[in-house]
Amino acid sequence: MTTYLAQRALGTIPVLLLISLIVFLLIHAAPGDPTLLLLGEETNAAEVAKAKAHWGLDRPLHVQYVRFVASAASGEFGKSFKYGDPVIDVIKTRLPATVELAIFSIIIATFLAIPLGVWAGSKPNSWLDNLGTTFGLFGISMPSFWLAIMLILVLAGILNILPTSGRSTYGVAGPEITGFYLLDSVMQKNWQAARDALTHIFMPALALGVNMLGILMRVTRSAVLEVMNEEYVVTARAKGLAERNVIWRHVTSNALIPVITVVGLELGTLLSGSIIVETVFAWPGSGSLLITALNSRDYPLVTGLVMTYTVAFVIINLVIDGLYAVLDPRIRY
Amino acid sequence: MQSLTLESVTDPRPDRLVRLRPWLHVKGCTGGLIVLGFIVLGIFGPVLAPFDPNKQELTAMLKQPQGVGAAHVLGTDNLGRDIFSRVIHGARVSLLVAFAVVFVSGLIGVSLGSISGYFGGKVDFVIQKLVEVVWAFPPLLLGITIMAFLGQGLFNLILALVAQRWIPYCRVVRGQALSLREREFVVAAQCLGANKTQIILRHIIPNLIQTSLVIGTFAMASSIIAEASLSFLGVGVPPEIPTWGTMLADARIYISTAWWLPLFPGLCIFITVLGINLLGDALRDILDPRLKRAGAGH
Repeated sequence: MTTYLAQRALGTIPVLLLISLIVFLLIHAAPGDPTLLLLGEETNAAEVAKAKAHWGLDRPLHVQYVRFVASAASGEFGKSFKYGDPVIDVIKTRLPATVELAIFSIIIATFLAIPLGVWAGSKPNSWLDNLGTTFGLFGISMPSFWLAIMLILVLAGILNILPTSGRSTYGVAGPEITGFYLLDSVMQKNWQAARDALTHIFMPALALGVNMLGILMRVTRSAVLEVMNEEYVVTARAKGLAERNVIWRHVTSNALIPVITVVGLELGTLLSGSIIVETVFAWPGSGSLLITALNSRDYPLVTGLVMTYTVAFVIINLVIDGLYAVLDPRIRY
Repeated sequence: MQSLTLESVTDPRPDRLVRLRPWLHVKGCTGGLIVLGFIVLGIFGPVLAPFDPNKQELTAMLKQPQGVGAAHVLGTDNLGRDIFSRVIHGARVSLLVAFAVVFVSGLIGVSLGSISGYFGGKVDFVIQKLVEVVWAFPPLLLGITIMAFLGQGLFNLILALVAQRWIPYCRVVRGQALSLREREFVVAAQCLGANKTQIILRHIIPNLIQTSLVIGTFAMASSIIAEASLSFLGVGVPPEIPTWGTMLADARIYISTAWWLPLFPGLCIFITVLGINLLGDALRDILDPRLKRAGAGH
């Protein structure tokens, strides 16, 4: 299996190269000159030329691409036009917020979806199943950004119990250690800040997780339905196990294999969903950074972000492949 | 090989509809009705809408929904534009984008998939590499990047959405084409001297239509959400065309003051997508029970 995973890892290199080429070409095919955007309307040709030389924009395209790949391979995407700092540093400050949000979304989605799916699947056609199925269908049909807006409208606007934007209330959080606010405040035993971080993350995480919730619920349900007919389930029943034990020990543990794959597959959707949900909640993560960078045509930053997202997506898929083999002993690569 | 039992001889293709659970009919019918309503709104919207969706009436700004019979049934927005008319017009863009994306990506995906599966070898390798590269982009991210750099517009939007949506067709169709090419009727056609184009067009593709239809419904649901998302982010259609996504974007700053601004366009997206998913589930169960897909997903 190690050889298989190593082969897969090597196989992703040409894919990543092609992706970088697509991103590079897309960005350079774009209308609108970034130097004009940055220097403003009142510049002269000399200044524009100087800025272009400074950022290497005057070189031929293929030279720019080779330079881009060479620096990207060492994790270096150049300096952000807008912030002036190295792209990698700008991304690093924003990434923990997105990762924290994604983790909370997954937690919310799995903790709700798996019990619901198991209940629905173990009693097909019962009222519980119909309720669960409807819930799952609502989940996959819900536009996450609309749910985000409606959550703000109800929980923040009408009930006024949760904050509408950002990651923390000003002045509450202590110094950053890991960049994950909840973890940081727990480490510093700052319970007020921990509570503050939780109230801030709840709505964005719920909005972001709703599609995954729906999909996971449906996958769990159909996986449970399938496993219910297996012989070992019949055996477990025949030897007199309580139905509860049959369902949770024998059925669920086996039904979770496809569920984990789907969690992995849906991480990509979650990542791109975070772009839009972060924008709604002014969540200072890499998703809202991408939108800012796109609007200001910050080429190096956009490229760096798109490559970060894509590499993360590719790595997640690799990990899921490996995990699959660990969980299901029948699978051997 | 299927064993021949008495049942399969007398009833080779039992009516699947009869065997389906009764509430599935309800699901399919509800979905069908919603989709039908969506199509009718999309086509006849301009006739049905009581107002010009872009007509600003600054004396009637941010009017609350007045209910059936009144002038502004669903109220007005921050520029005094009639929400009801804008929501109806919004269906048109969603409908157009959804059908165009499903049709074009289906055409590309089914063609490439059947070529890939039927020919195999180098052609297959190249097509599958392409699939791998395009699929390596997180969904929506590719769309956002393409739109941000090509600029707003209906054509660019369709292009940006097609960019990834042909992949599911291609993958599923390739797998089916691989098994179809070994089947007796394809071998028979080969023996009778049919060339490869004829075989793909007349024997492979017709057998893929049911599967493609099911993938198509889910692709349609996901394109409607993606179109709304891109318009919401300001990289979709130009602002002068009313769409559900741009209406939601406009509504953002009025969340605390005018609840009806974000409620109705979002509800339209939700109900339409729900209807398509209901229809898709029913179609899948009826046409192709083997094709298990969790939902709209990408």
